[in-house]
Amino acid sequence: MADLAPRASDMSVQRPYLVEVWRQFARHRGAVLGTVVFLAIVLTVVIGPLIYTVRPAETNVRARNQSPSIERPFGTDNLGRDLLAQNLAGGRISLAVGLVAMVISIVVGTVIGQLAGFYPRLDGPLMRLTDLFLALPILPLLLVAIMLFREALRAAVGPQTGIFLLIVLLIGLTSWMNTARVVRGDVLAIKEREFVTAAEALGSSSDRIMWLHILPNVLSPILVSASLGVARAIITESALSFLGLGFPSDVPTWGRLLFDGKDYLSITPMRVVWPGLFISLTVLSINFMGDGLRDALDPRLRGRT
Amino acid sequence: MRRYLLRRLLVAVPTLVAISFIIFAVLDLAPGDPTGNLPLTIPPEVRDQIRRSLGADDPFLVKYVKWARQFFVYEPISVLEQAIGRDLPGKGQRVRIVSWQTRSPVADLIVQRMPQTLWVVGLAYIFGILIAVPVGVISAYRQYSWFDQLGTLIAMIGFSVPTFFMGLLAIIVFSVQLRWLPSIYDTTLVVRDWPSFVQQFKQMVMPVTVLAFYNASQLSRFMRATMLDNLHQDYARTARSKGLREREVVLGHVLRNSLIPVVTLIALGIPTIFTGAIITEQIFRVNGLGDLLIRGIYNSDIPLVQTITFMFAVLIVLFNILADVAYGWLDPRIRYG
Repeated sequence: MADLAPRASDMSVQRPYLVEVWRQFARHRGAVLGTVVFLAIVLTVVIGPLIYTVRPAETNVRARNQSPSIERPFGTDNLGRDLLAQNLAGGRISLAVGLVAMVISIVVGTVIGQLAGFYPRLDGPLMRLTDLFLALPILPLLLVAIMLFREALRAAVGPQTGIFLLIVLLIGLTSWMNTARVVRGDVLAIKEREFVTAAEALGSSSDRIMWLHILPNVLSPILVSASLGVARAIITESALSFLGLGFPSDVPTWGRLLFDGKDYLSITPMRVVWPGLFISLTVLSINFMGDGLRDALDPRLRGRT
Repeated sequence: MRRYLLRRLLVAVPTLVAISFIIFAVLDLAPGDPTGNLPLTIPPEVRDQIRRSLGADDPFLVKYVKWARQFFVYEPISVLEQAIGRDLPGKGQRVRIVSWQTRSPVADLIVQRMPQTLWVVGLAYIFGILIAVPVGVISAYRQYSWFDQLGTLIAMIGFSVPTFFMGLLAIIVFSVQLRWLPSIYDTTLVVRDWPSFVQQFKQMVMPVTVLAFYNASQLSRFMRATMLDNLHQDYARTARSKGLREREVVLGHVLRNSLIPVVTLIALGIPTIFTGAIITEQIFRVNGLGDLLIRGIYNSDIPLVQTITFMFAVLIVLFNILADVAYGWLDPRIRYG
């Protein structure tokens, strides 16, 4: 990772670093569009339920399997539940799962990467651990783990929080490996630089050097993998729910709505289209954002064009 | 090279032992009871007997060692026996890993389900590669052209839209609305004549296309990136200045070198054929390996789930080694110490 060297000199150009990053980001049309779409989705699921006040769990057998209409913009399901309300509520959970799982995975990945990069003695064991995790068949294990611990957690902390905690923890703890590798590589390069030696000479503790001096310099790869991590976590959660082993049906998430709707394809095809569109648009917009972020934070690309 | 291979294989052993132990331990914590799905009228003492006959009450380490011996020694021999069609010595003493659900050996179930998975998901992988390589090459050669821009956009859509949504959309359009293709994969279909071949073809179109699209979208971007790296290398300029035709430069020199990392990526991705099958087979109701696993999980059929999950892990480790070896073999600049 020799390309990290120019980063310090970026500070000396006329414009401040963040302004420069922003300008580069704004030049990436896909990234800007992605940000707009993502913010729009977030706003919709956060504010939406406040405006559209139909309760998502309210059943109405007389109005079941309805196609989209004026008073039921997304139609209804086989129990007459309103699909717009369900999709909005589901979006809140799906996005929350994505964000929290990403935070867990980033924290674990950063800590492991830092420790492995900073302490040569820990490098071997921690990287073997990373390899081990990379060799695990993640999806089958996630399915199995959910099946095993769902009931126990449900009983311990309640149905909603239990399954939420379980899914978020499982996704977070099985997706940190790439972050750890990238962070380790960057830390290995950065800890040889003069400012680290200077900090050591001043008597800073290892912790201080790691988290105060080195961490800010590895933030850009962390940011990029954070943004892509949200997308991946959302896909994983919906895949689990789609297999019937994610959230239970009384807790709507986009994946769960797909799972519930897939048996009604010939009656109400729109029922799977809405949550599918939400998942796809969210992931697509986040991926575009990540792309733009990577370009903007990469010192080799900045200043070009 | 041989020493490197040997060392890699030796390192793989503890990894696999660790993984098998993790998988075994996680599953052994399962509250699922092998007699849970049996009729309630069975008296408790009979129930206990069934449990004991399945070995569900043994201590943890005993179970692990038993299972490991079955997995690594007995099952491969038994599969071999069936493949060559004759009995090997010691047939009676080999205790097989038996599924709690069907009471038949897990290996037999896997052998039974494997062809469907390989046909659908494997074919999709091959098609994905066949699409991705030319698309990647053209995108890189005509960087920022409309073809490249469109390719980038489609690839982005390809790996952002989850396969389960893409598959359901395909079913809505082609099965529900247009009624061209069947939405359920019929595995009992035997291809004998032209009509049955057409039917087989029809039921494979959607799953294979959806998955191939997904695979191609990831691989084509990678192909493009490595092509771009190589197109501006000195050797490409040298080849041009020697007076080689552009076609020969790109296909003969640049593509050959760019394919090296792509081949390793393809090798690394082969295990995902099987894990990816879990989702695909649920969408199109193919009864392959993934479906077997999901059913096993639903019915807490622990020996079955353990075996399949661990088999996936073995494949991942194996293809990791294979990818590294292929890299060294294809790229003479890489020397293993």
